[in-house]
Amino acid sequence: MNRQTSSQPPGGRVLLIEDEQNIATAIAFILQREGWRVSTHGDGTTALAAVERHRPDVVVLDVMLPGKSGFDVLGGIRAGARPDLPVLMLTAKGQTKDRERAEALGASRFMTKPFSNRELVDAVRVLAGSAAPPDPV
Amino acid sequence: MTLTFNLLAAACLAYVAFLFLVAFAGERQAARGSGLLRGPVIYTLSLSIYCTAWTFYGAVGYAARSGLEFMTIYLGPTLVFIGWWWFLRKLVRIGRAERITSIADILSSRYGKSNLIAVLVTLLAVVGTTPYIALQLQSVTLSFGVFAAPGSDASDPAGLALWVACGLAVFTILFGTRNLDANERHDGIVAAIAVEAVVKLIALMSIGVFVVWGLNGGLARTGEVIAASPLADWTAVPGRWAGLIFVSGAAVICLPRMFQVLVVENADERHLATASWAFPSYLLAMCIFVVPIAATGLALMPGHANPDLFVLTLPLADGRGGLALLAFLGGFSSATSMVIVASVALATMLSNHVVMPLWLATRGRVTGAGDMRRVVLRARRASILGVLVMGYLYFLATGGTSSLASIGLISFVGMAQVLPALGFGLFWTGATRLGAATGILTGFAIWGWTMLVPVLAGPELLALGPAGVGWLRPEAMFGLTGDPLLSAVILSLGFNTLVFCTVSLLTRPTPMERLQAPRFVQVFDRAAAPRGHRRGTAGAAELLVMAQRILGARAAQAMFAAEARAQGRPSDLPEATPDMLERLEKRLAGSVGAATAHAMVTGITGDAVVSVEDLLAVADETAQIMDYSARLEAQSAELTRTAGELREANDKLTALGIQRDAFLSQVSHELRTPMTSIRAFAEILRADGDLPAKERARYIGIIQEESERLTRLLDDLLSLSVLESGQVVLHPADVMLGQVIDRAVVASGDTGLRLLRDPAAEAVALRTDPDRLAQVFINLITNAAKYCDAAEPELRIAVTPSRRGIAVDFIDNGSGIAAGDRTLIFEKFARLTDQAAAGSAGLGLAICREVVARLGGSIDYLPGPHGARFRVRLPRRVAEARAAE
Repeated sequence: MNRQTSSQPPGGRVLLIEDEQNIATAIAFILQREGWRVSTHGDGTTALAAVERHRPDVVVLDVMLPGKSGFDVLGGIRAGARPDLPVLMLTAKGQTKDRERAEALGASRFMTKPFSNRELVDAVRVLAGSAAPPDPV
Repeated sequence: MTLTFNLLAAACLAYVAFLFLVAFAGERQAARGSGLLRGPVIYTLSLSIYCTAWTFYGAVGYAARSGLEFMTIYLGPTLVFIGWWWFLRKLVRIGRAERITSIADILSSRYGKSNLIAVLVTLLAVVGTTPYIALQLQSVTLSFGVFAAPGSDASDPAGLALWVACGLAVFTILFGTRNLDANERHDGIVAAIAVEAVVKLIALMSIGVFVVWGLNGGLARTGEVIAASPLADWTAVPGRWAGLIFVSGAAVICLPRMFQVLVVENADERHLATASWAFPSYLLAMCIFVVPIAATGLALMPGHANPDLFVLTLPLADGRGGLALLAFLGGFSSATSMVIVASVALATMLSNHVVMPLWLATRGRVTGAGDMRRVVLRARRASILGVLVMGYLYFLATGGTSSLASIGLISFVGMAQVLPALGFGLFWTGATRLGAATGILTGFAIWGWTMLVPVLAGPELLALGPAGVGWLRPEAMFGLTGDPLLSAVILSLGFNTLVFCTVSLLTRPTPMERLQAPRFVQVFDRAAAPRGHRRGTAGAAELLVMAQRILGARAAQAMFAAEARAQGRPSDLPEATPDMLERLEKRLAGSVGAATAHAMVTGITGDAVVSVEDLLAVADETAQIMDYSARLEAQSAELTRTAGELREANDKLTALGIQRDAFLSQVSHELRTPMTSIRAFAEILRADGDLPAKERARYIGIIQEESERLTRLLDDLLSLSVLESGQVVLHPADVMLGQVIDRAVVASGDTGLRLLRDPAAEAVALRTDPDRLAQVFINLITNAAKYCDAAEPELRIAVTPSRRGIAVDFIDNGSGIAAGDRTLIFEKFARLTDQAAAGSAGLGLAICREVVARLGGSIDYLPGPHGARFRVRLPRRVAEARAAE
């Protein structure tokens, strides 16, 4: 269930791994409006392959995914070819132990749903900042 | 009514036959274990064998000859029963504790199981009782003679007495030696005696009433008759009275037949409490009419008439044959009951202490139990015959001339010779076997000389003394020329006691006596009685082997070595001194209990005096230990159970905590997910005023969709919470199952499913909450619509009546649920496929399960070959029961 968004700003690429269709739509819209090229992926089991294929600058990763949890995907990323890839984790559970687990696994940033759009965009920009800051629209 | 001798004989035979029946019934009753015949009343009545023919006939004669002196014979027992109750109680307690079989047995047992004492007392009892049995034969013969026509068979006293003796022997052998009773009780005989006690009381009272109101015409006239008679002139001689009261008091304890009924036949110590007032009352009733009868007899009967027979001759002279017959039977009862019990008691003593020891000495070892029993019974029977033959011979020798009362008193004083040994023996541990033997012998000799010889011997001896030695004259020994009876009592019992005490003080008790004495003296304090040890011949080595088994090798060896050092012995084995044995026993008692320890030690030292009580104590201790360990086990089981319960509760709480955390986490996720979309799009809409209308409309649509999802979720949570808390209110109604399914199908809307239904099967009447049930059905239908993955989805609703209700199955044609997930589907938030397809929080089946449970049914997933199959089981009418909760 991969899908390329229509507009491709010159800035960095964001891979959004999120199974909730409406949330994915919202996040993609927000980031694209800021000039990011956004790819979305809705399944845990094939998420690592998607990371390989899209070579994103930043990954936005949901915890609750069908097939494989976001923690497993994060572990795979850190153990694989892109250990330095910035990963922003999103969770709707919002429990402390989830945050701790995400940090232990090497998540770059951890955010609880629901989030403010501004906060999400800022976080993505900060995470991508060192490598390739996107051009503001 | 004229009484012929034949009629009288027939009455006697009929009466004896009746006694047989009573005795049989008594034995049957006892064999059945009924305690009816061993109550305090029967016990008291059996004591009335104190009142023999002597009392029945002789008391009147005694009163006619000596005035109120006859009262002493009643006063003695009365004082003993009222005042010496504690003494009797001790006697009975010892009798039961030591399984005493006779007066000879108790004395023998007390003085170290001495056979010398036993033989001595048996001899004394036989010699002392023989005149008494002769007295009974004489009285029965006399009473027969009253009725007999001169010149007939019955006028020959000797022949008559022989027949009476034979008859009594047969009866006694039949009931006294029928079996060898372990506790020497004779229930049949006691029952017969109790009946005879009633007969003699009624007979004597009837004669009394007849004399006072029939012959004399009232109490006042009777008083005049008494005042006019020689009885009024008699005065009491204080010394003689005291002596007679003492002797009769001693007799009621010491006479073999009294000891038999008082101690041996006693079934319950508490019966003494009743007897202590009831027996004196019986005696009072027996003597109340004696003086009126005697005075009236002296007034009305010719001078040569025998006063001993007034109870018979008075009614006969008045032509009252029936009353005379009753009196005769009363006298007959008195005589027979005494002879029966006395011969049983004497036979027990003779066979146990004379015949059996002789038999064992001549035959050597016992060959077998059965053999032994037969020998004992034969010895008993022979003894009974022997006793009666002796009584008969005495009767022939004395020619039946002496008055009844004097014969009775001879017996009394004779048996009173055992009183010092018995009385001191029960209270003084210092009393010895030699003291008892010499005391009894001394008293016996003096009694024989002063009381028995005068009856049997010729007048020269009485007048001049043996070989002319004047101070040895039987009736005036040592120059005591006063009342011969009082002299005899004082001399015999005085010397008896003096010799007994002196010899006891001068001799030392044997070890066996030392062992036995506390058992008697301290019978009420058995626990305190020292068990005692002889200086055993057994080697200390055997003791050590035994001790090692109990205490362990090292501890036992250490103890024995320490004992040996304390004794100053070079080896490791001490001498088995009593002190050492006592310490060993105490040490062992800590492990196996005192009684067992004692039994073990004495078993090895050969000092084994293990009584029935010791064995019982062992059994008691064992029982206590078993009880204790059982209680320990119960406590430990209780602890284990409690610990298990605590662990279970803890597990449950932990599980509940984990469940609650998981649930909260799930709820949080389910709430935040739609809120995330709503917030994100709300911010987008607010920030981007220039969004295309189409996009704007789409985002607003998403917000609305997510809001509805949020509402649905909250509704589900609330309804689940209500269901789980049990606060749900049901509204039961009578409905048809088909109608409920119809409603559910309609409410589910356009599902795209092809529904397959069977209206005939659905025509089932139910009492349930239709709204709640429809909610369940809707859930199952929409679930099928959501998850059925067939190209042309179908849902078949099948209804089958089951054992206690109905089953409604919802079967789709999809691929079903994977086996591993089937247990999860009814859990909260158990959404198996992805979010988009489900469109709900996964609470549906959890809610269904709760609802169906409230309706009294159940819901299960049934694995099958085709698709998912949910079965809802419903009771037909149980909804009320659950609704009432």
